Formats: sequence, structure tokens, C-alpha cells
Amino acid sequence: MPTFVYMTRCDGCGQCVDICPSDIMHIDTTIRRAYNIEPNMCWECYSCVKACPHNAIDVRGYADFAPLGHSVRVRRDEEKGVIAWRIIFRNGSKDMDLLAPITTKPWGKHIPQLADVPPPSQEMRDSQLLFNEPKYIRLDDGDLHTLESNGLKMKEGVYY
Amino acid sequence: MVASNPFAELSALIPPAVMQAYVVLMILLVIGGTLLDVMHKKSAKYFFERGQTLKKLAKREVSSAEKIRLGVSTVANEVLASGEFDNPDRRRSHLFIMYGFVIFVVTTGILIFGLPAAEGETAILVPLLWHLGALMICIGGYWFWFKIRVDVRSEGHQWYDVHLSDLFIVSLLMMATFALLWSLLESVVGGLLADIALFIFIAAATTLFSTVFWSKFAHMFYKPAAAFQKKVAKADGSRDKLPDLPELTDPLVKQRYPDIPEYMGDNPPYMGLGIKREAPNHY
Repeated sequence: MPTFVYMTRCDGCGQCVDICPSDIMHIDTTIRRAYNIEPNMCWECYSCVKACPHNAIDVRGYADFAPLGHSVRVRRDEEKGVIAWRIIFRNGSKDMDLLAPITTKPWGKHIPQLADVPPPSQEMRDSQLLFNEPKYIRLDDGDLHTLESNGLKMKEGVYY
Repeated sequence: MVASNPFAELSALIPPAVMQAYVVLMILLVIGGTLLDVMHKKSAKYFFERGQTLKKLAKREVSSAEKIRLGVSTVANEVLASGEFDNPDRRRSHLFIMYGFVIFVVTTGILIFGLPAAEGETAILVPLLWHLGALMICIGGYWFWFKIRVDVRSEGHQWYDVHLSDLFIVSLLMMATFALLWSLLESVVGGLLADIALFIFIAAATTLFSTVFWSKFAHMFYKPAAAFQKKVAKADGSRDKLPDLPELTDPLVKQRYPDIPEYMGDNPPYMGLGIKREAPNHY
């Protein structure tokens, strides 16, 4: 589902060129508007679609894969900290709006100051956990879950 | 130099009627090129079909008075002030080129169609504006060439790389630059150098106006149409199939999207600018 640009909305600002992880969004040298130079290399990350200040980029499904006539459009509002989606179904009558937060704190104001964090102790160094690993990604407060700690054994072959 | 009509001296070499015919021919070439461009790109068909699609999604009818108001705001904001551009550099450069071009073309017409000048008649303002227009094109054009076009690092274009895609900007810059040079040389030294500058000026102008089909010259006709359609789509509620961004403090919004108050609080703060804190320049 490669991206394409509405030439009538694009002003050639370069946000999409800057953000594209595949470097396939380029500025057309004649008309100075953005375009996808290699649609089959686009992996639909939607970065450019969300970054475009003019909402000039859209994504189209391959005809044999996605039903034609549908529309999935997005607006990312940094200042409000939300993202809004509008999905219009192929039948043209179902029109769905969605809204979700993309940040809970102002941008760039709460960057972790890792230099101020105390260095890890020897015990922490010997542990299997990562330095300063947030508690929420740990499986428990103690050590990692293993087969052994759960009373399980690795079996050979296929079993159900 | 800047207060004298450079075409008055030229009329000794080229009859005014020939110059006037040349201006008319250029106007016809622009009209023809634009029509070909519209036919080739199917711009009119695109705008019509898009308008019809959005009409189906419209939530309300936009009255004629409102359409007139939107048209006026398109002219004031997008056409006269290049409001489309987010990049301030691009906008300033575009304004210089646009106003410079309009002034230059209009004053060229006035100067050429005012020939042969009556005895003793010395209009200062129009030649002054002609030079000013050319200078504005040069300022905006070279600003664009050295600051914006060359800055496209992903393409690896150096300032001295010229491609067919640069037809518009190069012919425009050559026209303005050599118009100024010709006027300067004609009033200071004259002779062969002035003639060479005049030849390049005419060649660049002919290239600019006769290659509308291959350049981006026709953008001046479809960009205002696009800006107007964008405004209408916003006014009629179809929003170009884009989602609405409601007020987050609205109780109905909170009820419909409970994630908003849960994660962002009852009164979400202003989050500031994220990626838009810096202008795109890493490409």
C-alpha cells in the first residue's frame, strides 16, 4: 500500500523527505512537490502521512489486495497531542472517526536525564536485566521467568 | 540608466511593430502552452471530479456568498501572499519572483506598446519599475537557486548542475539577469557586448514563454483552484475526507473517546511543537 501525494495540497516543504525511513520521498525537480520515487519499496509506516503539515499524502491499497474506493486518512496534531483517523468504507456510507492520544506530556520537556542516574552496582551488572530497565517491562519484581523457575522442562520433538 | 526606457534605443534597430508583435506572440504561446498543459494533466477534469466526490460527503451546502468570501480569501492569502508555503525562505523567494515577474511583464508591455515615444516625453516611473521588477526576479530567483534548490541534498544537486527540469527557473533568471545587463551595457558602453546581452535576453524570454508545457509555468493557474477547493471542502464539512480534530475538553468528546481524559487528564495541556520544532533540512 504505497503512499502518493496530492499535488494540489503539497507545498514541497520537505517534512516527508526528512522523515521517510526508506528515503523514497523526494522533491520533484520540475514542479518542486514531493513524490514517492519507489512505491514498491514503501512499507506503509505512515510516517510521511502523519508528518505532512498539509495532509497532502495518502496511502492507496494495491487493487488486488485492498478494496478500491475506501479511504483511510489521518491528522496528527502535535499541539493537542492527539491523532485522528477517518475511515470511509468502500460502500461510501460508513464513515468512522477515531481519536487517540499520542503524548501525555509536552514534547521534549521530560527527556530522561540518564547522566544524573546513579551508576549500576556490581549486582545489577551481573543481573540479566538491562540497566535502568523500567519496572513495567519486567515480568516480576524478582528475576526473569525461566522454564526452571516455572517448574517446566524443555522437551524434545513435537508435542501438544 | 534605470530611469530610461531601454526599448526606446532598441527601436532604432528593431521597429516597434516587430517588438509589439513579439509580445503578442509570447502571450499567445503562454495561453496555448497552458491549455495544452491543462489538457495533458487533465487538471480541469480532476478538479471537477474531485469536487463531485467531495460534494457527496458534504455535510452542508456552501452558499454563493460564502463561496465568494472563500474566493476573496484565496486571492488575498494564497495568490497575493503565497500563504501556501510553510517554509518562510521559500515564501519570501516566491513573493520576490512573483511580484518581480508581474511588474516586469506589465512594464515591458507598457514600454513596448508606448513606442514610438513622443518627442520630449520622458516617463521615469515605468522604466524604474521595469528595472525593479527584473531586480526582484533576480533576488528571489538566485535566493531560490542557491539556498533552496541546491539544498536538496538527497538529490545531490550542486549549484552548477543544470537539468531539463530547471528550464523554468533558469530561463526566468537568464531573462531578468540579461535584461538588467543589457540595459546597463547599452547605457554605459553599448556595442557588441550590449547586443550579446540583448540576444540572450530575447532567447531566454522566448524559451520561458514557449516552454510552458514542459515547465511549471502553468502552476499559477491551477494552484489557486486547488487552494479554493481546499477551503470549500473545509467549509462544507467534507474536509477532503480528513478527520475532524475536536476540542479535547468537550464533554461529548471525552465520553466518546475515554482514552483522552484517562491518559491526558480532564484539561489536556498544550503539548507544544514536536517534529515541527525545526524546519525540515536533513534531506
